[in-house]
Amino acid sequence: MKIPEFLRRLWHRLGSPRWFYETTASWLPWFAVLGGLLVGTGTVWGLAFAPPDYLQGNSFRIIYVHVPSAILAQSCYLLMAVCGVVLLVWRMKLADMVLAAAAPVGASFTFLALATGSIWGRPTWGTWWEWDARVTSMLILLFLYFGLIGLRRAIERPESAGRACAILAIVGVINIPIIKYSVDWWLTLHQPSTFTLTEKPAMPASMWVPLLLNVIGFYLLFGLMVLQRARVEILERERRTQWVQALTARLTGAPLPDGDGAEQAA
Amino acid sequence: MTGAPVSAPLALGALPEPRPGRLFLGQLRRDLALAVRQPAEIANPLAFFVLVITLFPLGVSPERETLAPLAPGVLWIAALLATLLGLEALFRRDRDDGTLEQLVLRAQPLYLAVLARMLAHWLVTGLPLTLLAPVLGGLLALPAEARWPLTAGLALGTPILVLLGGVGAALTVGLRAGGLLLALLILPLYVPVLILGVSAAELAVVRIDVAGVLAWLGAGLALAVTAAPFAIAGALRIGVEAG
Amino acid sequence: MSFESFEAFLAMGGHGFYVWLSYALAAAVVCFNIVAPLRRRRRFLAAQKGRQRRAASARQGPVTARDAG
Repeated sequence: MKIPEFLRRLWHRLGSPRWFYETTASWLPWFAVLGGLLVGTGTVWGLAFAPPDYLQGNSFRIIYVHVPSAILAQSCYLLMAVCGVVLLVWRMKLADMVLAAAAPVGASFTFLALATGSIWGRPTWGTWWEWDARVTSMLILLFLYFGLIGLRRAIERPESAGRACAILAIVGVINIPIIKYSVDWWLTLHQPSTFTLTEKPAMPASMWVPLLLNVIGFYLLFGLMVLQRARVEILERERRTQWVQALTARLTGAPLPDGDGAEQAA
Repeated sequence: MTGAPVSAPLALGALPEPRPGRLFLGQLRRDLALAVRQPAEIANPLAFFVLVITLFPLGVSPERETLAPLAPGVLWIAALLATLLGLEALFRRDRDDGTLEQLVLRAQPLYLAVLARMLAHWLVTGLPLTLLAPVLGGLLALPAEARWPLTAGLALGTPILVLLGGVGAALTVGLRAGGLLLALLILPLYVPVLILGVSAAELAVVRIDVAGVLAWLGAGLALAVTAAPFAIAGALRIGVEAG
Repeated sequence: MSFESFEAFLAMGGHGFYVWLSYALAAAVVCFNIVAPLRRRRRFLAAQKGRQRRAASARQGPVTARDAG
């Protein structure tokens, strides 16, 4: 299979955190503006213009933040597992930086999905917590994220921490579908007549279009957040390199290290 | 080997590579002999298991009607925690006395050495636990129909617990917050095993055939035996390289 | 508009508390994840500036006059 030339070149370039940093600088405003526009439109539409749900009334509008965060929570873990594989197999430093950047973002969206799910459950089921299959899986996913973040903080050497987290992310991602199926099965054993949020009767376009807008918009915002964090991660890890020091000099007026200090009069 | 310098007695590269099968058995025999010499490795997890089970009627209720439905779950959860405890101690001991470094640096498939080590550990912790569980089940009013399915489930599940837990223990060996971090990492991954194991016991009580559930556990065991030693080996290598 | 008035919009048919709490949480999470990296970047640049300053003055030697900054 002939790999197209531009893909091969892209792969080589990804080996350089500096290239990634400099290339993505111009992306940030696009992600922010597009993401903001889509989320803004979807939210306003969903909150004010979508018709109320036949069964749940207006509380269903929580769906416009709950579903995007739940989708992101899971996609983010998948992203981390992919980064883990890339890190372990190809030793690409950038993969470790993206993995490290994605973890807190994924964790916060998982928390948001759990919180909004719980809040949504209160008027729907009458309780703040119900052991629904998806809520339970999301809670376990949150623990998986905490474990990953905790492991990274506990190991001192960044390279070792990165590889350990890569292994954990891969083991975790294999387990996530297993956990979901087993929890789902367990709950059907014990609560055969649970009302689940997964039941989606056919939604009219005026309901699902804003949801789609929000999902895409949240994805873009997620991209923005991960890019931002990854870029800082790159700066911190590469701080001994010449390009970072030159960048710092340019941005803050700090002296350059290579004997140019005497010339940096300003 | 006549050319081997006297000042380098550990020139292992000069020795012939042992065959994998003999390697596995040799490692297994060594680990079992070592474990037997350290009764704490066997006794501590079991004592913990018994204690947790004893605490339960005292903390919840001694009435049979309350205990009986909870018995399989409590036995399994106690088994989970006892396994993690034992694994954490095992890896910490190995790191402290240099066994881990030895294991990683020897020129052999680390996968097999790890598998042998985990098997040895299971034989001295998981297996006694499995055999003890139906007996302790009596303390918790475990229904008679659930006894064998519970034991079978533990027999299949505890090796999975050892292998999965081994991944976590290898990742966290030597870290200060080790034990608690290990629990945070691995307990979520234990959920499917817990669910399957407890279901086998509970379904047996309502006289549903549990062969399917046990088959799933068997499949999980096959997956764990195949994949976990790779992850453990990788994690150990990271730990040893870091010093 | 699915609501007759702004008050009705805020009340959300009795579910206002739940809906607005959810959206407030979402806004908080999004803001946190956008602002936190910015602050971390600023902290990094400040720290790096200090490091480069100290490295530069160490090279110049202890006797040389340095700008007070």
